[in-house]
Amino acid sequence: MASITMTINGTTVTTEPGTTILEAAQSAGIHIPTLCHHPALPPVGACRVCLVEAEGSGKLLTSCTTPAAEGMSVRTHSPRVLEARRFVVEMILLRHPLDCFSCPSNGNCELQDIAYELGIEESSFAEEGDTCRDHPLEEDNPYFVRDLNKCILCGRCIRACDSLARYHAVDFHNRGIHTMVHPPADRTLEESDCTFCGQCVQLCPVGALAEKPSRGRGRPWELHPVTTVCPYCGVGCELEIQVNSKTGRIANVTSDYGSPTSLNRGRTCVKGRFAWQFVHSGERLTTPLVRRDGELREASWEEALETAAAGLQRIKSDHGPDSLGFFSSARCTNEENYLMQRLAREVVGTNNIDHCAHL
Amino acid sequence: MKGLGETLGSGAMTNDFDSLRRADVILVMGSNTTETHPVIGSWIKERHDQGATLIVGDPRKTEIAGHADIHLQLQSGSDVALANGLMHVILRDGLHDRAFIDERVEGLDTLRETVAWYTPERTAELTGLPRERIEEAARLYASGPDSAICYTMGITQHTTGTDNVRSLANLALLCGMLGRPGTGVNPLRGQSNVQGACDMGALPNVYTGYQKVVDDRIREKFSTLWKAEMPAQPGRTVMKMMEAAGSGDIRGVLIMGENPMVSDPNTEHVRECLTNLDLLVVQDIFLTETARLADVVLPAACLPEKDGTLTNTTRTVQRVRKAVDAPGAARPDWAITTALAGAMGADWAFRGPEEIFQAIAACTPSYAGISYERLEEGGLPWPCPAPDHPGTPNLYTEGFNRPGGKARFLPRHWKAPHEWPDEAYPFLATTGRLLYHYHTGSMSRRSAPGEHVRELFIEMNPADAKPLGVGDGEMIRVTSRRGHVEGRTAVTDRVPPGTLFIPFHFAEAAANLLTASVIDPDSETPAYKITAVRVDKV
Ligand code: SF4
Ligand code: SF4
Ligand code: SF4
Ligand code: FES
Repeated sequence: MASITMTINGTTVTTEPGTTILEAAQSAGIHIPTLCHHPALPPVGACRVCLVEAEGSGKLLTSCTTPAAEGMSVRTHSPRVLEARRFVVEMILLRHPLDCFSCPSNGNCELQDIAYELGIEESSFAEEGDTCRDHPLEEDNPYFVRDLNKCILCGRCIRACDSLARYHAVDFHNRGIHTMVHPPADRTLEESDCTFCGQCVQLCPVGALAEKPSRGRGRPWELHPVTTVCPYCGVGCELEIQVNSKTGRIANVTSDYGSPTSLNRGRTCVKGRFAWQFVHSGERLTTPLVRRDGELREASWEEALETAAAGLQRIKSDHGPDSLGFFSSARCTNEENYLMQRLAREVVGTNNIDHCAHL
Repeated sequence: MKGLGETLGSGAMTNDFDSLRRADVILVMGSNTTETHPVIGSWIKERHDQGATLIVGDPRKTEIAGHADIHLQLQSGSDVALANGLMHVILRDGLHDRAFIDERVEGLDTLRETVAWYTPERTAELTGLPRERIEEAARLYASGPDSAICYTMGITQHTTGTDNVRSLANLALLCGMLGRPGTGVNPLRGQSNVQGACDMGALPNVYTGYQKVVDDRIREKFSTLWKAEMPAQPGRTVMKMMEAAGSGDIRGVLIMGENPMVSDPNTEHVRECLTNLDLLVVQDIFLTETARLADVVLPAACLPEKDGTLTNTTRTVQRVRKAVDAPGAARPDWAITTALAGAMGADWAFRGPEEIFQAIAACTPSYAGISYERLEEGGLPWPCPAPDHPGTPNLYTEGFNRPGGKARFLPRHWKAPHEWPDEAYPFLATTGRLLYHYHTGSMSRRSAPGEHVRELFIEMNPADAKPLGVGDGEMIRVTSRRGHVEGRTAVTDRVPPGTLFIPFHFAEAAANLLTASVIDPDSETPAYKITAVRVDKV
């Protein structure tokens, strides 16, 4: 198919058929703010923050859903666009609490970013009492908290659940001013089909959904991501472990929906995202133990290794190498499994090496 | 693994995730994929929503079965009969792929003979399925155009597990559903590095990359490489080592990161065996039920605390990276093993995981082209024999890993399970995994899911709960010939009448107190899926 040539803010941009105006702008390094749009989700054009003006078109277009077309001339920051965009954001802020200080998303909030970009401090339409405070905090599960007072009705969580998690745990309910995101009729999230994969939490642009295990473990700007693989099942999902640089501890686990290396393409389940606290459990073994007088007692590495090595050697010389057995592990790395079978075969001289592959 | 190895040449998943996402028909056997492999489950559902046909074979009404176009709610332990019945219909109606078989498979005649017996009527009787469903499933799978099979423990953890796998491989071969995207026979691996542990030769009969211990040339190669005489006799499996510990033939055992006291069948027997040892050394991150029995416990680092590689269920080697420091004096297992080998006189000069990986690549043809440098760009599926080789997402596009490049049908007859409900033990108990927990629970139960799903729930059909007078959430005791566990009921029609489902993640109510240490003689996999039990109200 022939490629499309258009102009954005006077710059000529060439793109493939089927791309949206937003994608074409992004590929040319031109920023258009968005809220309901996320590249991992199907576009819906709900929030109207991404409006642009196209020559010859009367109404403003949502760039996240409008396909780029040959010869199109688009302006992303014209006075008309900026005015409309500001109006949209102020209407959202009208209902949105401005307690950013205590919000878990502070510093990682797309609404904050847009308000900052547009120079909006508060909604000029707001009157006393407008801000929504009606929704009690929902936190009856150990994974995430829902503060629907902050919800901007972008619907990303619904689309995350439908198109990534492939459940349909939440949807828009009620009409008009009462519209809100909920599990179906009178059920709590805990009673719904939700499997707490947390994908909606990561994709929520504001602080309406926030991870619970991360609370108090670091502000977004204190964290740095380490890309690694989930320690649980064999799918091998790529994860981003968010480490607090100050404490050296895990503060959160997320995924990268745009990662070129990820087999899971950002998708995860509840274990990948929320089952990491064992790492910092107080029950972790921190010192070698050696049994003395029937009890396991703390020992130095030298003593423990010496005891183990001497014991293995003695059994080998008394009863032969095949009187020793080695259990390797499906939860250790390739490097570690490789060394374990070398220990059995090369150092001890037995093929008694296996792991619980079948269990 | 063995069943696939014999028929096709390798025991791994034949195809990758992208392939699965192109299938027209997906046959999921004995796998509650959305709970045990949730991300794969999400792709199966996505593909189904895009129009692919989903067939699920499982005695339980699992979440994924709820989405199926056809749910084959077969009798536990009748998988071979079902597969043979499907092949009977396919051959009877001439739906098999003649060209594929002529060119690439041996042994059609013996297959034809075996499956001739499995008429839809007989299959219906053995599986408990209506014959129309069997016929319909057979036609759908055979007509594809691209059909993929996925399976997990529900297939392998039977005394006939290997026969179950062989039968599924026969089915795929019969319909030419191998060697191109969208097809394949795909065992989904349960733990993060089952594939890698096998690839690395943590098996009694092979070195890395499945190089055979009994092959003189191979043994010679490793004797030279590691400067030590390699033992010629294949070793014992986990199950056989445990037995030998009990009988005194094995005197010392080293366990790295496993908890057989909870994961292995017949827990009491395991305790007797392990306490009978002169020496038990355990490397782990927690003082597990097994570590408590040890003479020496060595504190290990967990995955987010170390560098290295894992090989996922699609044979893709991926990098893991250290995010945080290990607590106290805990060390990565590679460092522990290196130190222990040193204390026993070896002089391995490895300074870190990358150097160890280079040694792996140097002695393992299927890993030869993989390096840490290349893995920075993304995972690589083996075989990857050279530094410029892109890796192999789909196996058998050309030939099979067998003499002449041909696969072979290995037809098997259905055999009755080792144990079956009777008057004294009238229920059939089956063990398995939950979404929220992992294996013996030592990691997941110390994390957020531990607060969510705290205790054992035993699924029981309302038709069984009623006559026993037990309601939802009431305590029951489940007793087998080996032992008993207690737990609350979850009364649900997810399980068929006469069947209980018992998750195995809970050490204090270890489901494996019940299970027999009966194993599939071919693969030595324990038969967790069928135990005859009795139920009492507590
Ligand atoms: S946590 Fe996952 S399953 Fe639950 S609502 Fe969010 S996306 Fe859906
Ligand atoms: S909860 Fe978050 S993601 Fe969902 S609609 Fe509200 S703001 Fe959007
Ligand atoms: S995130 Fe879930 S599906 Fe992915 S590897 Fe981890 S446990 Fe498996
Ligand atoms: S981002 Fe385009 S309409 Fe919301």
